[in-house]
Amino acid sequence: MSEGELSRKWDRCLADSVVKLGAGLGLGIVFSVIFFKRRTWPIAFGSGMGIGMAYSNCQHDFQAPYLLHGKFVKV
Amino acid sequence: MFRVYSAAGRIVSQKCLCGKVSLRPLQPCYRYSTAGNPGASAGKIVGTGFLLIGGGIGGTFLYAKWDPKFRESVEKSVPYSDKVFEATLGPAPYAVSLPKKPISSAAEVVNQKPAQTKRKEKPESSVPLAAPTAEPSLEVASAEAAHIISAASEVPSIPAPGTHDGNGESEGEQKSATRPALSAALEEELGSAAHVTLQAIASQEAAVSAINSHSQKLKEAMEDSEVTPEQKSAQWGALEDALKQRSKAVDEAADALLKAKDTLEKLRSFIDGAKNIKAAGAKSHILVAEENLNRMLIDLDNVVKKVQAAQSEAKIVAQYHELVAVAKEQFQKELDSITPDVHPSWKGLKLSDLAGKLSTDDLNSLIAHAHRRIDQLIKQLAIQRAREQQHVETAVEQQKQENKKMLDMAVSKALDHYHSEINLEQEKKVEEIREVMEAEMRTQLRRQAAAHTDHLRDVLKVQEIELKVEAEQEFSHKLAELETHYRRMTQEQIDNFTLDMNAAYARLKGMEQAVENHAIAEEKARKAHQLWLSIEALSCILKLASGDSPTEPLDGAVEAIKSSCADNEFTQTLTSAFPEDSLKQGVYSEAALRARFYNIRKLARRVALIDETRNSLYQYFLSYLQSLLLLEPQQLKPPAQLSSGELDTFKLLAYATYCIEHGDLELAAKFLNQLKGEPRRVAQDWLNEARLTLETKQVINILSAYANAVGLGTTQVE
Repeated sequence: MSEGELSRKWDRCLADSVVKLGAGLGLGIVFSVIFFKRRTWPIAFGSGMGIGMAYSNCQHDFQAPYLLHGKFVKV
Repeated sequence: MFRVYSAAGRIVSQKCLCGKVSLRPLQPCYRYSTAGNPGASAGKIVGTGFLLIGGGIGGTFLYAKWDPKFRESVEKSVPYSDKVFEATLGPAPYAVSLPKKPISSAAEVVNQKPAQTKRKEKPESSVPLAAPTAEPSLEVASAEAAHIISAASEVPSIPAPGTHDGNGESEGEQKSATRPALSAALEEELGSAAHVTLQAIASQEAAVSAINSHSQKLKEAMEDSEVTPEQKSAQWGALEDALKQRSKAVDEAADALLKAKDTLEKLRSFIDGAKNIKAAGAKSHILVAEENLNRMLIDLDNVVKKVQAAQSEAKIVAQYHELVAVAKEQFQKELDSITPDVHPSWKGLKLSDLAGKLSTDDLNSLIAHAHRRIDQLIKQLAIQRAREQQHVETAVEQQKQENKKMLDMAVSKALDHYHSEINLEQEKKVEEIREVMEAEMRTQLRRQAAAHTDHLRDVLKVQEIELKVEAEQEFSHKLAELETHYRRMTQEQIDNFTLDMNAAYARLKGMEQAVENHAIAEEKARKAHQLWLSIEALSCILKLASGDSPTEPLDGAVEAIKSSCADNEFTQTLTSAFPEDSLKQGVYSEAALRARFYNIRKLARRVALIDETRNSLYQYFLSYLQSLLLLEPQQLKPPAQLSSGELDTFKLLAYATYCIEHGDLELAAKFLNQLKGEPRRVAQDWLNEARLTLETKQVINILSAYANAVGLGTTQVE
């Protein structure tokens, strides 16, 4: 149903953001531990990247019906 | 998979082969079982064929033997069958009758009487009679007889062609009764006359021969004086016999001549009588008969002449004999007077015989007498010589006279004969010319008759045509009258009949119509009932929607409707107007839709701000915030008229809620249809479902209304 679609989208979004955040965090942690001497910025960076990606994806998902895809036609 | 298939194929083919192999043993058996029969049946067929052919041929032969016409037709149709028939059955029976035809062409001759077949026997018998009697007579006589024979044979020559015809032409007799009788009598007379004449001629010939022989013998007896006395006496005896014979023959000849003359006279009179009767075809017979008569007369006359000549010669000889006898008697008398005692036997003896029986006296007296006699005779001779000339002249005169008489007689006879011949010829010519003329006249008459008949025919034809035309006119007139009358009557009848028929037909039609209408009405009622039932079923299905799940697919019920009213266009169109989804998936009930609506409302409020331009997450947050903060009454009564400017999501949703609360799904759907952007997207499914349901409901309503109407229409108010 069309009324359930938003719900699904939100679900996906949340799941995605959780995953991304977690992945970002994880990677940040990893990077910070491995490469950046336990500094906090990779974690923040990673989580930020994660959240950002999640946000972007979420937005894209929500915008999807309204996005116009054009084709480049060479004349 | 492929292997399985190939194996299966092999198995199948093997089965087929086995099947074929199993079939083969049967086939030879079948062949063997049938092989025995063809031989026997072929022999039977051949045998029956031969039997039939032989029977056909035998039957043909037998029937041809019995029926000559069939034989003729077979001979005509099958080429060499006539030879086969001749070989087996003998010559065809119809071939014998052919000689009749060419003979019948002799028209004049055809009418010969079959009585002539009897008559011809007489001349024929006279011919063989004449033939043997002619042979012993002299050549001339036989030539004369030949005349008679030819004359007589001409008589049968005419009936000869008719001998064969006599069998078939007996019906021609009755036509000319006088002619056959006449000709028959003619023939009879001719025959008898010829017969008699021949007899007379024969007797005349006999007489001539007898006379000649007699005179010859007499001459011999007179002249020959050196024969012995016995021979002399034998001669004299023979002479007497000859004399007797001559007299007899002469008498006979005379009798026969008389008879012949009588018969010829009778014939002549008969011919004259026949001439007077003037029968047409008998003229030729009459002419022929006359000819024969003349010839017979001529022959008779010739023979009589001969007889007379012979007689005259005999007379001369007789005279001579008389003279000699007289002289002898005289001498004897003188001798007697001289020698009175002469033997009576001397008269019969010659002088030389007496030489040894007389005495010297007698001898002397005899010699003296003889001398005296010689002197006398010398004197007589002298006188005779003196008177010789006179005697000769008188004799010549006598002879001349006699000759003249004979000549006259002969000339007259010849003239008579000639006259008669000329007459005959003339008559013949006249006959011929008459016949020719008659034939010509006949042809002319025939031509005239033909012309007359042609003219008559033409006139008759013209008359016929005229009469025909008249009759045709009258007939057609009468016919037209009768026809019109008849037509009128029939027309009246037809009209009456048509009226009755029309009336009956109209009634019948009315009845039929009533019955049909009744049947139609009943049918309609039944159909309407059926339709109504099916529609009721459909609407029941709608009512059976439980909770949020859709109903059963409607296509079964729709099919039932379709089948129940297959001929109704209205219903058909309606049933085809059902949306596909309702048929396949069923529709949601109103309650379900109502329930869903509230959900939709909530969602739509939350995303009221999202549309094409605003669709980021932030906007989502904002619209959510808006929905939380904005307070609108849940239900707003929609106004009677709407203006598109003031419609926004919340208002629309309020209107729709109001409508839903009041059961107006349609209006709610209409309001929801005005949503834009994301709320619209959210409500899309609900809208579709609502649309389906509304459509289905509409169709069902129409159908039920229709069914009700039809049911009402067909219900008969009793």
